[in-house]
Order: sequence, then structure tokens, then C-alpha cells
Amino acid sequence: MISLTVNNIPVQVPEGTTILHAAAQVGIHIPTLCHVEGLQSIGACRVCVVEVEGMQNLAAACSMPVREGMKVRTNSARARRARRTVVELLLSEHNGECQTCDRNDDCELQSLASELGIRYVHYTGERTKQRVDMSTPGIVRNMGKCIKCRRCVSVCREVQQVGALFPQNRGFETVIGPAFNTDLRDVACVQCGQCVAVCPVGALTERDQIDEVWKALDARDNHVIVQTAPAIRAALGECFGCPPGTLVTGKMVAALRRLGFDAVFDTNFAADLTIMEEGNELLSRLRRALVDKEDVALPMFTSCSPGWIKFMEYFHPDMLPNLSTCKSPQQMFGAVAKTYYAQKLGRRPREIFVVSVMPCTAKKFECQRPEMDASGVRDVDVVLTTRELGKMIRAAGIDFEALPNEEMDAPLGLSTGAADIFANTGGVMEAALRTAYEVVTGRGLPMEKLHVAAVFGLEGVKEASLTIEKTLPHWKFLEGVSLNVAVAHGLGNANRVIEAIRSGEKTYHFVEVMACPGGCIGGGGQPRFTTNEIRMARIAAIYAEDEGKRLRKSHENPQIQELYKEFLGVPLGERSHHLLHTEYTPRDRA
Amino acid sequence: MSNEPSTSPGDDPATATAAPACPCGQARSEEELLARLDEVLAEYVHVPGALIPVLQITQAMFGYLPETALRKISKALDKPYSEVAGVVGFYSFFTTVPRGKHLVRVCLGTACYVRGGKEVLAALKHALGIEVGETTGDRMFSLDVGRCFGACGLAPVIMIDDDVHQRVRPAKLARILDGYRRDEARHDNGEDA
Ligand code: SF4
Ligand code: SF4
Ligand code: SF4
Ligand code: FES
Repeated sequence: MISLTVNNIPVQVPEGTTILHAAAQVGIHIPTLCHVEGLQSIGACRVCVVEVEGMQNLAAACSMPVREGMKVRTNSARARRARRTVVELLLSEHNGECQTCDRNDDCELQSLASELGIRYVHYTGERTKQRVDMSTPGIVRNMGKCIKCRRCVSVCREVQQVGALFPQNRGFETVIGPAFNTDLRDVACVQCGQCVAVCPVGALTERDQIDEVWKALDARDNHVIVQTAPAIRAALGECFGCPPGTLVTGKMVAALRRLGFDAVFDTNFAADLTIMEEGNELLSRLRRALVDKEDVALPMFTSCSPGWIKFMEYFHPDMLPNLSTCKSPQQMFGAVAKTYYAQKLGRRPREIFVVSVMPCTAKKFECQRPEMDASGVRDVDVVLTTRELGKMIRAAGIDFEALPNEEMDAPLGLSTGAADIFANTGGVMEAALRTAYEVVTGRGLPMEKLHVAAVFGLEGVKEASLTIEKTLPHWKFLEGVSLNVAVAHGLGNANRVIEAIRSGEKTYHFVEVMACPGGCIGGGGQPRFTTNEIRMARIAAIYAEDEGKRLRKSHENPQIQELYKEFLGVPLGERSHHLLHTEYTPRDRA
Repeated sequence: MSNEPSTSPGDDPATATAAPACPCGQARSEEELLARLDEVLAEYVHVPGALIPVLQITQAMFGYLPETALRKISKALDKPYSEVAGVVGFYSFFTTVPRGKHLVRVCLGTACYVRGGKEVLAALKHALGIEVGETTGDRMFSLDVGRCFGACGLAPVIMIDDDVHQRVRPAKLARILDGYRRDEARHDNGEDA
């Protein structure tokens, strides 16, 4: 242990601790800007400077490790002055207007200026050049507002291992962006929005589509319906000041109804449907591999996360056959809504307008993929992020906290607990095993509360092995087989799994990947700022939702059973194939 | 704010020059050069910090850094293309613009400037249809400016390759440039310039 003092308060911390963390331990807050917990500190902004006795220069608290006997002063006149200067210079270059900014009220630069009590900017400098890049469906880059903190660079390179962003040029001309300042559309970007999730200012945002939804709601000629992803209910409350991990399912439904949607449905319904298709696809691949000795691609990868799909298309195109052919729940929903549900209403597909609320920017990309038109028109019309829905509710003057709890509409609003857990890492795997195990053995998953404990939590790569015993006669070939599964979240972790598979070090049957750290609950469209603590709080909320349901296995959903009986036939059948499955496109990454 | 790309150069990168590789002046075909780049890359694949040396070699081979070569480098060294581009843009001696056969430089030293250098530059830009730092579409001329070629008595001065042209007037430019074009045409027809 190392002993030091911070503002004369003694503190002991393990070697390697930064001044920032040592100070936090005794309740002293040092302002930061470029620093993000869990990412490597690069000391780019120098907002966190503190005075260390005996050192000539001020030290960056976020990256400087403590030393024995160190005397740190976080609030000396010199430190305060330096910090102010840094922020004033940032403000003098900043090319943005708070009143009309997407981040108004939710901006780290704004709150930093307020925290430091800056009332006057003593510098007049050239403003950063405006350039708005709207080239992609999911993400807008407004470079006038960029403060060059490089959080987006670190997240995209280290966490996602995509590397779409990097500082281009030098000095004042530096732009944080794609190679040679091209548009984001022209480089390998998977649209995951993790850069948007960490950007402290309004430089990176989702494409705002709120007005498109208002327009559809106002027009009144179409039947406008909404689906909400499982992760929304565990995070939307944060937009209204609820503590992270507050479940707001009922209020969310009430708010959507008050916004004027003709029916409030649930992506969860489609998640149950996904399990029916994907579980059966896995079993069919296993049968073809083990019984028919066909050369079928294993392990099978999940395909719910459009950022992950695009990542595979760019970086591992040779392994596209390993991806499940199942569409994501959002797209299954759209296809079913504009066919099955439209028929029930006696409407044509084009008379149904489908809005999705997703925790995800990549879903905005996904819904406009050319192949997502199984109903004959675009299956999902507009995708809003959780944050956009929050803004819409506020703009409508709805007092969220005062809303009653309401129920989703039938038939596409009913779901089981298995669908809820699609929201977090490990959840799709667990949901699939709940159904697949029962299909094969006729018995429930032999685990406490149906939870596969090994795939729970925020470990980057998780593994489990399940030995199948006493199968039903039809599945005899699986008797005694150990089903090996893996779960990864964050694309860097997905790369680790893929490398282990390629090298032969690991053999899995089934691998779940979600592009975002923590899964959808940590998606690029969720309320900011998402820390690991918040991820765990949201996950806890999701499991509570699951455990509170009477039905917890997808195949028990009566509306799903009816959908197959009335319309689809059987899982993997002809109609499913057309509406619920898809194909992938190899893409060149450079 | 610090702005250093995280890949730090091993040696002093300023020692790199952008000279075309082939002394006969006849550029090798791009395919040939790309094939040679593959060989270079094979050597460097597992060398840490290889990006900057590889970029230097590439620029020496091609005379500039063509996009196809940069993409190849990005893939072979497993560096994101954004990073390769960022490093290229960070160091001023890297260029992604091909150099023309002839480098036209206009002196903008004090003497030349006051005696019409500025007008000469404007006329050159007009005549070639390019800006400073660019190359004509036929890759014949690149345009640059200089800071005194030591011929102030004869201002304004331009240099084309190693030839000094003195007391240049905008009206004389077309003839001067045509002279180089004619030489090229002869060279292409197998005659000696
Ligand atoms: S990014 Fe922040 S400081 Fe800049 S205009 Fe937007 S709200 Fe204001
Ligand atoms: S959306 Fe994802 S892949 Fe694209 S730049 Fe942002 S972090 Fe990188
Ligand atoms: S875009 Fe945002 S996260 Fe990226 S460097 Fe600029 S301010 Fe930082
Ligand atoms: S927060 Fe420490 S340098 Fe930016």
C-alpha cells in the first residue's frame, strides 16, 4: 500500500492507483473530461490537473500514479487557474450553440463550465470548423462541437476493435474522424454508436428522427404502431431522473399510448419468435453435423445485433455462414406486423407504419438494409433511440412519473421472461437454452430459477457447457453430448472468441455476441452516461422483469403458438424462411 | 492539446525523401510497384512500429502514397485505415498527391514577390488549372512555391526541375511550359530530349 495525502487528508491505496482514484477514495472530486473509466487514460485534455508538492509541472490526475509520501493539492490557486484556462480555451474554440444542441442539459462541457464557475471566456480564438457528416443512417458527426478528447477513438479501437476513427491532420486542423476526413459511410463503421455513447458533447449523436414519427402520428391516415426493445424499460426512466435500474414498463406503455400510437406492441414478442426459429436452427445444424455428417458451419453465432452483423461482414466475411440466418427481433416484428397483423386488421402492408424504440443506433442502419422488405415494403419505418423517446415524451408535456402502469396491446404485445433477457449479455443464450433443452429432453432447464449462472455478468467472454441426458427419442443423437457455448459482448471480445475458434483452441456449438458492452442495456442509444455500475443495475432490473413473469420460456407464449398455427406453420418452414430469415453481404473493410 | 499519433516513429522520419525510385525517369508500372510493396510488407508484418518505416519506403518507391498502397499497408500491418491516414496526415513529409514529371516552383521571396512573383503564381495556377501542392491531371506538372532561389537580381524567378527561368512575365509562361511538354512528347516517341 502507498500512503499519500490529498488536500492534507491521509489516504492509503494500492500501488498503481491514479491520483484521481486516490482522491475519490477520500471524497475529493477532481473534474475530468477526456477520461473514461475502463478506458486507457491518454491525458488529452488536462482538465484534471492537480499540484503535487515538489513537482514543477501540474500533474494529470487521471493518468498519474500515486507515489509514497506524495502531497497532492487538488484545489490550489494554480491548479484551479490552469483548469479554468483549459476549459476557457475549449469554449473559445467551440462551435456550437447550446440552446439548439442535442446535448443541451446533458453536456459534459456545459456542466464542466458550470462546475468551474466560468462566467467569462478570456480568449477569442478561431472556432473549430463546422462540418456535419450525415452520411450514415445511424450517426451524425458535427465536428464544430468536437473537443478532441478522443474518447470515441479509444472506444472504437480498443473496445470495438473497429478503428473507424482516428485524429486526422495536426494542430488546429486536427479532425477526429475517418481516414482522410472522408464520410463515415465510406469507411468500415458498424454503426454501433459506442462512440456516441461516450462523446461528452454534441459532436456525435444519433440521427434525430423524432419529427418523422410526429409526422406519421399527425397524418392519421396510416395505422401507426410501436414496438419497444427489451432494454428500453430498464433505462427510459433515467431520462426522467429515475435511478438506474428502475423498471418503467407500465409507464412506458402509458406514455406511448398518450403520444398517439394506435397500438403499443413489444419487440419481446418477436424475441420469443426469434428463439423458436433460432433454437430450431441450432438443433437442425447439430443434426446435420452429427447425424447426416454434413459440412455445416458450427459454431452458430447469434444474429440479433446489427452492429455485430456488420462487423462480421467487414472483418470476418469468411465466417458469415456461421451466423444464424434469423433476422433480429426488430426485423421479425416488422415483417410479422406488416403481414400477419395487417391481414388481421384488413389493411395492406403499406398502411401500417412501424416505429421501433431501440437502445441502439445500428438498428437505424439495419431497418434500411435493402433486404429488410419481406412484407413488400420496408418492414420497419423509423427507429428511435431510448434517448429520442425520452425527448418526445418530454416535448409532449407528459409527466412521466405521474403516469399509471398500463399493459401492452394484443396480439404482438405478449411475451415471456425469456424475451426480456434478450436485453443483456448472456440473455439470448439463456433464452435459447431454456427452449432448446426442453425441446430435446421434454424437461425444463435443470438450473435454479432457469438461470445459466455461468453466462451472467460483465466478464468479456463467458463459457458454459451443458451435458444433454435422457433425450426424447427424436433427439437421440444428442444423448450425452456436451453442448459448449460462449458469450461475448463488445466486438473486441467477439474477436477474441473468433480467434480462439480459428486457431482450434476452442470448439463451441453456439456463441452469443452482442456488439455493445453489457449487451443492449449498454447500447449506443441509451441514456448517457453508461458505466459498469449502471449496466449491472439495468441487468438486475431485466432479470426482475423476467422472474416476475408467469411464462418464462419462449415456446410457452400462447400468441406465438397461435402465430404458428394460423399463419407461419412450423419453425424454419417456408413462410418463416421468407419472412423471418435473411442473408448477409461480405463487405470490404478498407 | 497533445496531438501525437500513438504510433511513435522509430527513427527520425524527416530523413525520408519523396524521390521517384527509378533514375531513368520512366516510372515502373503501378502493378510492378504494388508487387514490390507486397514483398516489403512481408518483411515488416511482425515488426513492431513498422508503420512509419513502411510508409517511408512506399513513398520512396511510388514518389507519393497512393490510396491502393495505403489500403494494402493497412490490411497487411493490421492497422485501422483511419490510423494509417492519420499518421500520413500528421507528418508533413508524407504526401498522397502524385508528383508530376516536372516540378514547377515559384519564388515568393521578398524580391520576387514585389517584382511580380505573385502575378506569376496566379498565372501559373490558371495555366495549369491546379492549386499549389497539386498535380495536373496528365501528371506533367506539380506546382509549389519557394522562398528565394538565390537569383534575386533576376526576379521574378521560377524553377522547373533544376532549370532557373529568370525575369518571367505571365505572358511568357505558356511558351516555357510548352517547351517541357514538347520534350516529353519527344521522349515518349523514343527520341532523346
Ligand atoms: S456540445 Fe455542449 S457546449 Fe456545445 S453547444 Fe452542445 S450543449 Fe452547448
Ligand atoms: S459507430 Fe461504432 S464502429 Fe462506427 S465509429 Fe462509432 S464506435 Fe466506431
Ligand atoms: S467526437 Fe466527441 S468523443 Fe470524439 S473526440 Fe470529439 S468530442 Fe471527443
Ligand atoms: S481527464 Fe485527465 S487529462 Fe483529460
